[in-house]
Amino acid sequence: MTAATAAAPQRRRGIRRTFDQHWYAWAMVAPVVIVLAVLVFYPLVNGIWLSLTNTTEANQAAEICVKSLGGGQVCTPSPDPARFIGLGNYVDLISGRVGRFWPQLEITLIWTVGCVFFHYTIGLALAILLNREFKGRTAYRILLILPWAVPAFVSAFAWKFIFERDSGILNAALGVVGIGPIDWFATTPTALMAFIVVNVWLGVPFMMVAVLGGLQSIPAELYEASAMDGANPWQQFVNVTLPGLRPVSATVILLGTIWTFNMFPIIFLVSQGGPAGGTEILVTGAFKAAFEGIRNYSLAATYGVVILSILVVYSVGYRFFLRKQGEVW
Amino acid sequence: MKPAVMTTQDPIAAAPPAAATPRHARGRSRRGSILLHATVISASAFAVFPLVWILLSSFKPKEWIQSSQITLVKEPTLANYQALLANTDFLVWFRNSAVVALFTMVFGIAMSASAGYAISRFRFPGKRPLMWTFLITQMFPVAILIVPIYTIMAALGLINTPASLVIAYCTVAVPFCTWMLKGYFDTIPVEIDEAGRVDGLGPFGTFWRLILPLARPGLAVTAFYTFLTAWGEVAYASAFLNTNDRFTLAYGLQTFVPKSPALPLWELLTPAAVLITIPSGIVFFFAQKHLVAGLTAGGTKG
Repeated sequence: MTAATAAAPQRRRGIRRTFDQHWYAWAMVAPVVIVLAVLVFYPLVNGIWLSLTNTTEANQAAEICVKSLGGGQVCTPSPDPARFIGLGNYVDLISGRVGRFWPQLEITLIWTVGCVFFHYTIGLALAILLNREFKGRTAYRILLILPWAVPAFVSAFAWKFIFERDSGILNAALGVVGIGPIDWFATTPTALMAFIVVNVWLGVPFMMVAVLGGLQSIPAELYEASAMDGANPWQQFVNVTLPGLRPVSATVILLGTIWTFNMFPIIFLVSQGGPAGGTEILVTGAFKAAFEGIRNYSLAATYGVVILSILVVYSVGYRFFLRKQGEVW
Repeated sequence: MKPAVMTTQDPIAAAPPAAATPRHARGRSRRGSILLHATVISASAFAVFPLVWILLSSFKPKEWIQSSQITLVKEPTLANYQALLANTDFLVWFRNSAVVALFTMVFGIAMSASAGYAISRFRFPGKRPLMWTFLITQMFPVAILIVPIYTIMAALGLINTPASLVIAYCTVAVPFCTWMLKGYFDTIPVEIDEAGRVDGLGPFGTFWRLILPLARPGLAVTAFYTFLTAWGEVAYASAFLNTNDRFTLAYGLQTFVPKSPALPLWELLTPAAVLITIPSGIVFFFAQKHLVAGLTAGGTKG
């Protein structure tokens, strides 16, 4: 009894001290934390809950209200309100009964791997070139980063214009060499290829800038030492440059993968996922479920949870893989 | 995420990244030099081509935009721009987008700078989980958040207002920016903070009077990133806005693309694309010098 009463004020004093010590740090992070809590975590929990119900636009309201002639409202309980259905949505989605999960997943994987591979390799190559001293380096750097300054939806329209079947410059150029007009968005492979080209164009500048910064943080002495040991440029690249870039590469490849996986505007704006949904990725599929036709909110939320789970598993695996290679990250 | 490879750069010296130790051209052969220039030139051409092509096309009369002949500029005219500005709501959308983008930029910078500074300088309970949270929020697909956020906005009566978009965009941009700025603040020597404290500045005073001015490159990149996020976002805008006078550019422009098989109205889309790129181009121009230093401070250190 006495011990308990003595411990309480002490603990309170402990809390007090923690608060005195850290209140300004907490005050500075508070806005971010509040915004994230209200607009990311609450929606996340809400979204997970939604995915376990059968909520659609039609049964969303608990009551159905009809305007009566006198101007008042008559409300009756909805005959079939949204209710908890457990994992029903997940079963429907993964078994393919609703939506087209597996084809969309396949397209998403091709899209993500293709984009990130080219983003990184092209970004790396250009960064290495730009890290050398030559005439007009600054001008080239500005030109090469320029696509980043263009909002993605504008790029989407610009490229749609280039790929246009009858008046696009690409087909016009191909026509000169005698290749007939190709309807780029009529078949899935050509459409997907076109999307990857667009997104590579869009995403290389970020990678290039990030890698360039990484290159500049590699101490020049390492190159001098390896040159003294008689390493040729390729050996230097493999043994000095690549290891030196690992922290940057690890971060940007992870972020790039996540961003590309969730990349919405390109596919949505250029072809709406056409031909006939053939290039739909998971994110556009989810958006269509949520905001087209009878809005199927619960299905969209299910998509969301599945996408998030895939990315979380991927990130954990990615970290594990890096750890195994001895990276402390 | 522990700092892995670290070079403590002086932030002031790192500001013009072009000046930072490039590898020297000693002993590059003539052939190598030609190859280098050829590669960089073709890559730049590829990077710039779509923009130049849209720009050129925006000055062509409608018939030539939709012809299959390749012409650089034929019968140049400003008619497309006139039609766009006079007959459509483009200016209204433009204003809406500008309001949303500017507010997102201001709030985004304020929140991520203060949070980034706190994470960089103070050890406080909850710091590591917070860093993790920032990475994890990057993984949340729009798809899972959009319906619940829509419901929240509807409950607050914010649907179809610019405020709903500013709030949503801050949630998109702030975690990444905080992360980036934290990395940048890490490159500023702690001695500066200590000197400030000796001179009697409180933690907020140090932050505001000493650190923020030094972090200008990092802030420039944050401004660029937040502005661009808001200026170009499509999904939330498509979901939250529903009357023509409230559309942002990203949504408004979709009205120029009728359901196929009708062709998109290229004579309106091309000048619109040019005008939309100008503001982001201006922001880009001010930020580009700092991009390498500002971005990778966060990147190298995680």
